[in-house]
Amino acid sequence: MTLKSVALATAFAVAAAMPMAGPANAGTPKNMLIMAKNIDDLITLDPAEVFEFTGGEVIANVYDRVMMFEPEDLTTLVGGVTESHTISDDGKTIVFKVRAGQTFHSGNPVTAADVAFSLRRVVKLKKTPSFILTQFGWNKGNVDGLIKTVDAMHVSVTMAADFSPGLLLNALSAGVGSVVDMKEVMKHAKDGDFGYGWLKNHSAGSGAYSLQTWNANEIVSLSAHAGYRHGAPAMGRIVMRHVPEPAAQRLMVEKGDADMARDLTPDQIKGMMGNADIVVGDYPKAALIYMATNNAHPILGKDKVRQAIRYVVDYKGMADSFLAGQYKIHQAFWPSGLWGSLGETPFEMDLAKAKALLAEAGHGSGFEIVIDTLKKSPYPEIAQSVQAALAKIGVKSQIILSEGKTLWPKYRARKHQLIVAQWSPDYVDPHSNADAFAHNPDNRMEAKLTGKLAWRTSWENPSINAMTESAAKELDLVKREKLYMDLQRKVQMDGPFTVMFQKSEQVASRKNVKNFVSGANFDLVFYRTITK
Amino acid sequence: MSQDTVNAKTTIEAAGRISRSALPSRLFAIAKHGFSILLTFVGLTAITFIIGRVMPADPVLAIVGDRASNEVYEAMRLQLGLDKPLIQQYLIYLSNILQGDFGTSIMTTRPVLDDIIRFFPATLELATIATIFGVFLGIPMGVLAAVNQGRLIDHVIRIIGLFGYSVPIFWLGMVALLIFYAGLGWLPGPGRIAVYYDGIVEARSGIILLDSALQGEWEIFWNALHHLVLPASMLATFALAYIARMTRSFMLDQLNQEYILTARVKGLSEGAVIWRHAFRNVLVQLITIIGLTYASLLEGSVLTETIFAWPGIGQYITTSLFNADMNAVIGGTVVVGICFVGVNVLSDILYRIVDPRSHD
Amino acid sequence: MTDQPTETGLKEWLLSDTPQSVAQARCQRLYLAWLSFSANPIAMLGLTIIVVLVGMAAAAPLLTGGDGTEQALANRLQPPSIAHWFGTDELGRDIYDRIVWGARITLYIVGLVAIIVVPIGLLVGTVAGYVGGWVDIILMRVTDIFLAFPRLILALAFVAVLGPGLENAVLAIALTTWSPFARISRAETLTIRNAEHILAARVQGASTARIIVHHVTPLCLSSVIVRLTLDMAGIILVAAGLGFLGLGAQPPLPEWGAMISTGRQYMLDQWWVATIPGLAILIVSMGFNLLGDGLRDVLDPRSGGTS
Repeated sequence: MTLKSVALATAFAVAAAMPMAGPANAGTPKNMLIMAKNIDDLITLDPAEVFEFTGGEVIANVYDRVMMFEPEDLTTLVGGVTESHTISDDGKTIVFKVRAGQTFHSGNPVTAADVAFSLRRVVKLKKTPSFILTQFGWNKGNVDGLIKTVDAMHVSVTMAADFSPGLLLNALSAGVGSVVDMKEVMKHAKDGDFGYGWLKNHSAGSGAYSLQTWNANEIVSLSAHAGYRHGAPAMGRIVMRHVPEPAAQRLMVEKGDADMARDLTPDQIKGMMGNADIVVGDYPKAALIYMATNNAHPILGKDKVRQAIRYVVDYKGMADSFLAGQYKIHQAFWPSGLWGSLGETPFEMDLAKAKALLAEAGHGSGFEIVIDTLKKSPYPEIAQSVQAALAKIGVKSQIILSEGKTLWPKYRARKHQLIVAQWSPDYVDPHSNADAFAHNPDNRMEAKLTGKLAWRTSWENPSINAMTESAAKELDLVKREKLYMDLQRKVQMDGPFTVMFQKSEQVASRKNVKNFVSGANFDLVFYRTITK
Repeated sequence: MSQDTVNAKTTIEAAGRISRSALPSRLFAIAKHGFSILLTFVGLTAITFIIGRVMPADPVLAIVGDRASNEVYEAMRLQLGLDKPLIQQYLIYLSNILQGDFGTSIMTTRPVLDDIIRFFPATLELATIATIFGVFLGIPMGVLAAVNQGRLIDHVIRIIGLFGYSVPIFWLGMVALLIFYAGLGWLPGPGRIAVYYDGIVEARSGIILLDSALQGEWEIFWNALHHLVLPASMLATFALAYIARMTRSFMLDQLNQEYILTARVKGLSEGAVIWRHAFRNVLVQLITIIGLTYASLLEGSVLTETIFAWPGIGQYITTSLFNADMNAVIGGTVVVGICFVGVNVLSDILYRIVDPRSHD
Repeated sequence: MTDQPTETGLKEWLLSDTPQSVAQARCQRLYLAWLSFSANPIAMLGLTIIVVLVGMAAAAPLLTGGDGTEQALANRLQPPSIAHWFGTDELGRDIYDRIVWGARITLYIVGLVAIIVVPIGLLVGTVAGYVGGWVDIILMRVTDIFLAFPRLILALAFVAVLGPGLENAVLAIALTTWSPFARISRAETLTIRNAEHILAARVQGASTARIIVHHVTPLCLSSVIVRLTLDMAGIILVAAGLGFLGLGAQPPLPEWGAMISTGRQYMLDQWWVATIPGLAILIVSMGFNLLGDGLRDVLDPRSGGTS
């Protein structure tokens, strides 16, 4: 019996050790792009509901939007599904002309009715990102009248609130501006849900790719739309494989099991420097890492303490070591590289100054706080660096690492003391971040303005509120830009936020992969230009 | 004495009691057993449910996200039925389970039952193969060690076994990946199968090896087998160590007894003494052990699945836990719990069938 | 004994055939147990490892340069060298220091879990076994529920509820580990329950509580202790697993499992950050297992394994 079992075990071992059958490390198929990425944030693909990174990126390639930034020129806003628009004299109505000859993946033609349906649907479903549109005064009662078709190819959009039309155009370049196939979606609608249940994990768009498969935490598979208005994309299939481990992503791309690795850390990129088969691309992003203190905290709420915190961060030390290559120092709430950004960095690490400020505030002997942040790198490292620096000025801190889903409730309930988190704009307009960082019209607990960071940190400044509101309405572009720069300076000096770094994504790809375009915002990522 | 020998002993007593009484009371005993299992389940679901509602991770936020306004948040909360009193929520949940409805997973947007059917076979695959290895290598090793007690081979096997269950499996897995995938390139990396093979084989049993073999897709079969080697070896190391150790312990128990001495004196060959007598008696207890091993591999696979990106039930439950996806957690835990208890019951039954002493 | 020179004081006292008091008899038993234990090389190896672990933990300030939390960003991820015996981690901290101070955390976890689990297990098991009836059924059902629960997942769930942190992790591990002890105690109690000296005590009017505490529990103790030592390795591994998943000690505490977790992303180029804590866990785990085996051989010769 012993002999038999040993024989069996050997047989297994031999079978397993056989040289790999099939395309032995021949790399990935020619017309398929395989991306190793962490896609665990993907929980829906309905454009009326998508608000997180991976989902945003996917729908950007599956749907065309009313207005878009194209990969050929990421700085200019152009029409997507629409080819032109006219703004009324009072600045409140925009009439869009839909491009002729576009087809959805289903074969249906793209018409004005689809555009109106898509926008109304966002407002009526009232999911998380709907605020981007409802801020213009639309609700399910009035939206049918305010967003309507003029004729088969023209849509008219009328704002019911005071905003600059430039802001509206920018807002329509966000994910909620995606145009969905009305006929296809309504075919699957149930109980008046506008197809929500179905569109969560299916697609009905007119973009370069259509959704073939989505298995949560496993794979997203897209296939090319031959009739796309810019022509069929080069890659017939795009596959995003869920690989939560950056180390595993690195191995896959080095061995040719994947074409691209999206989540590598600076250390891993450094480790691949010598590899001739790998090319590393740098893509500045609009994501910011910041620290926020709770202004309602008896100690942290004091002016001088708030200011002291800004001098405790080892900006340069971190940016030059474990953040090198992927985060650079940025200290204003609107990211650099975008219209309206402020490049001034008035703060650097100065423990003596911090200690002096604390003493002036009456806390020279120190105190204890809790630092909350996320579990993923680089947050624990940043938190520990801040913790060590705080210790040197007499402030003892305890770090709690949590998953996002555990951290956000605490933050939204205003229960944090010091939090290190990330913020990314919802759409490419300075108002998107100003609304979050600067605007807090009602600081009461009951107001529950949980979507605003200024509310979460209990920071209310009436003059800054007023400034934010007027900047949003300003029609003159030059004046508007100046207002935002001033606003950022004020928030830098007075707010409970210490903006520290801006992200730059580093993507490692096989050297034969070309023309991947990744712009500043999280959903300005384009697959249709990729060639191998 | 080892817990398992104690278990064995109490079961023997119980078995003896049963066979002595009349048939109706035997049925009554089975019914009582069944009822207590049911009670265990209710307790299991209740605890998991409470954990779910007490968790600081917010299931509403998991769906609507951090940017949601308070209005959107409240609307979703009502939709999920989280405003009702706890007991009512639990009862609704329980009645749904009894109808086979485990709810929908937030993460995957699919019914939890569908998810479990997808992910469970992957874990089963690992646990089964690891247990098979454990049995076919561990038992002979254990017997060998017992027979040569005190000699070098015994010490060597004991150290190997010791290593097997002292080593942190997740660490071993990482090191193994480093050596065999990154370093030598002999074995493929994390994942169950290469990306470009995904979706080609129709998932009938959910076990890729079976499905691909049945459909004649041999390339995929070998690919899946290669991906299985590392994670299964990690779990097999543990199974092997545990089974070898217990086998050795049981065999020593037997070999020190009088009837063995008698058999030897009678002139039986060493082989017959070991295998036909000592081992036979050990077989019965081994069944319990194998059952225990299988069950603990099922639930211990969590860490291995994380390292190897193996889409099994362990990582499903863990990821759901971190995402406050309570339907998924409860569903997954209940299923694993069922298997756990099921395996134990099965080995109890097998034990009573095989144990010569319970046949009065 | 007659043709040997008379033994000197202590040894003679320990080896004499006629102990003069209960205390002496106990000491004698311990001494004899020690003799047989120390004759077993494997058990001694285990003991040595544990003694080294405890020594390391106790003498940590003497053995290390700092407490393992000193950061030096410019010096991060350095390979093992004369200056840093085990290299430095992602924040420039000396890994050797962290391993030594981490020993304290390991011992803390194991010790705390033991202190919680043994009394609870003994209590539940002995009461269930001795009193019997409905009490037994209820207690055993509760025990079964905890046993049926997948262990790591239960621990995960508890920590998720209680929040991450060392004490919460200990509590979670304890909650998942106590049930087998209750089972063992109950099994032992069932066998002892009708023993003569128990019946005698009952006839003499001893209360149930007294019987359980003074008579039943001591007899269960040896099985429980053996099981505890054998389980300690398992406890360490579960704690490491929790630390690995980020649910145990929070930074900057040098808990070995958490160190493996953070070191994971550096595995390819800076293997020492994750490998060395793993080796530490392996060695300590083996130590406890060896010790447990040795103890079982000594305290419970029936179960086989004596040479």
